[in-house]
Amino acid sequence: MPADFISNLYVFILAGFVGFEVIRRVSPLLHTPLMSLTNALDAIVVVAAIIIAGRHETRLTTVLGAIAVAASFSNMVGGFLITDRMLRMFKSRGSK
Amino acid sequence: MTELALQQYLDFAYIVAVVLFILSLKFLSSPVSARWGVLAGEIGAAMAVVVTLFNPEVTEYRWILITLIIGAGVGVPLGLVHMTAVPQRTALSHAFGALSAAMIGIAEFYASTTPVTRFEMGEIALEVIIGSLTFTGSLIAAGKLQEILPQRPIVYRGQNIVSLSVLAGALGLAIALVVNPAHAILFPIMVIVALFFGVLLVTPIGGADMPTVISLLNSYAGFSAALLGFVLNSKVLVVAGALDGSSGFILSVIMCKAMNRSFSNVMFGAFGQVQASAAAAKEERVVRSATAEEAAAILSAANKVVVVPGYGMAVAQAQHKVRELYDALNKRGVDVRFAIHPVAGRMPGHMNVLLAEADIPYDRLVDMDDINGEFAQTDVALVIGANDVTNPAARTDQSSPIFGMPILDVDKAHTVMVIKRSMNPGFAGIDNPLYYLDNNLMLFGDAKQFVGSIVRELTGAHGH
Repeated sequence: MPADFISNLYVFILAGFVGFEVIRRVSPLLHTPLMSLTNALDAIVVVAAIIIAGRHETRLTTVLGAIAVAASFSNMVGGFLITDRMLRMFKSRGSK
Repeated sequence: MTELALQQYLDFAYIVAVVLFILSLKFLSSPVSARWGVLAGEIGAAMAVVVTLFNPEVTEYRWILITLIIGAGVGVPLGLVHMTAVPQRTALSHAFGALSAAMIGIAEFYASTTPVTRFEMGEIALEVIIGSLTFTGSLIAAGKLQEILPQRPIVYRGQNIVSLSVLAGALGLAIALVVNPAHAILFPIMVIVALFFGVLLVTPIGGADMPTVISLLNSYAGFSAALLGFVLNSKVLVVAGALDGSSGFILSVIMCKAMNRSFSNVMFGAFGQVQASAAAAKEERVVRSATAEEAAAILSAANKVVVVPGYGMAVAQAQHKVRELYDALNKRGVDVRFAIHPVAGRMPGHMNVLLAEADIPYDRLVDMDDINGEFAQTDVALVIGANDVTNPAARTDQSSPIFGMPILDVDKAHTVMVIKRSMNPGFAGIDNPLYYLDNNLMLFGDAKQFVGSIVRELTGAHGH
């Protein structure tokens, strides 16, 4: 088993715990924005896609990387945009 | 700057991005700080993208720039969709996320200059399988939510055996590749089989189970990104994927609990096809109905009103009329609150977003557990487009398919009024004994029009 795998597993398990504790505290009121926000954060795979598309190995990998850049970047842009739109709508009686 | 030093700067930027991501989710714990969460996430994401462009491995920028522009061009309209389209937009974004993860995994398989080890092959195969099935599964879910595909479960005899065999086929191909990574021809076959399994997985699932399915797909999309982080040895992906995956997982658990069902029952139970037999056996029973005028009189005489919204409110787009009703009753000094069942609607939190869009203050939206004790002191419970989540059979009738599901105890209110098109049963074809209770009044009609007529009665009478 490669050493990288072990260190990644550490990070994965710790991040999983942090995620569980942080997300458990999100009010059910905001579960829809939670889903769109985590979706936008997950779109960080765009950084891997950029490297694949920009490394220019074979035509196939460049095309696959390019599709991945477009798909994940659209999630990033759209995810943050719609999350902010939704959260702006949540007003308490005091702030009206 | 040496390449090594540059790499360290890049890694440092990724660490800052990860910290901002966690803060982003932490800010979401309260509606007051939630918008800071978006800002933190945006800064983190922007930073990670910009520094990646300086990665020494990136030599060719043309395709990156073109596809970033295409991505933004697709993302902006998807970020501006109407609030009623949020469930299908979310399913579509799970599809895009999974597509991206699968594409990168496939590229990594074909890019390797050195032959992949068995261990790497296993990681890539698993990542690509999960990414592929999540991609097609999410597309099917989006199609059902957009009503391009039928919302009813599509089932046939032996379905589960067929679906599981297809999954076993994909995993078998993955194992064959791990045993001998040189059999590269098996790889594209594995991808196609996994894509096909995603279709089989979601097709049999009915519309009312979408809150669970969309959460599960969320979790798969997250975990495929985390696995990709393992493949590429990228910690930022591992963390972001773990956060997204655990979020989807927590939501799935909440949704399953709110329906008193297990994951496997949602995925393989094909809920919603047990209609007819149960409903046909019922003898004719007395149902009382009321007009908008009568409903308005009862509402204006009440002190405490609890509105129970459901998917029917979303379909009829009645949330703005509901807001007018809320205003009219508030003006008369009636205390109006909203009872939100976790699985009301088509995704977690669906009703909250629609009511917030209609400018109803969020402190008037109350979770099931907090409001259930108060129905006994409630004068009127007004049910708008919700059915199964108010069905008292879930508490009492052991033979009911929804027995054990936590429900909103509207039947305990002094008067219950249910706005419904007709006496047709809900998605699962389950008869609702609530409608035959002595304290229940049926308000037959379209949710939007009926609420509108009540509002006219309330405000009209006021003006005369």
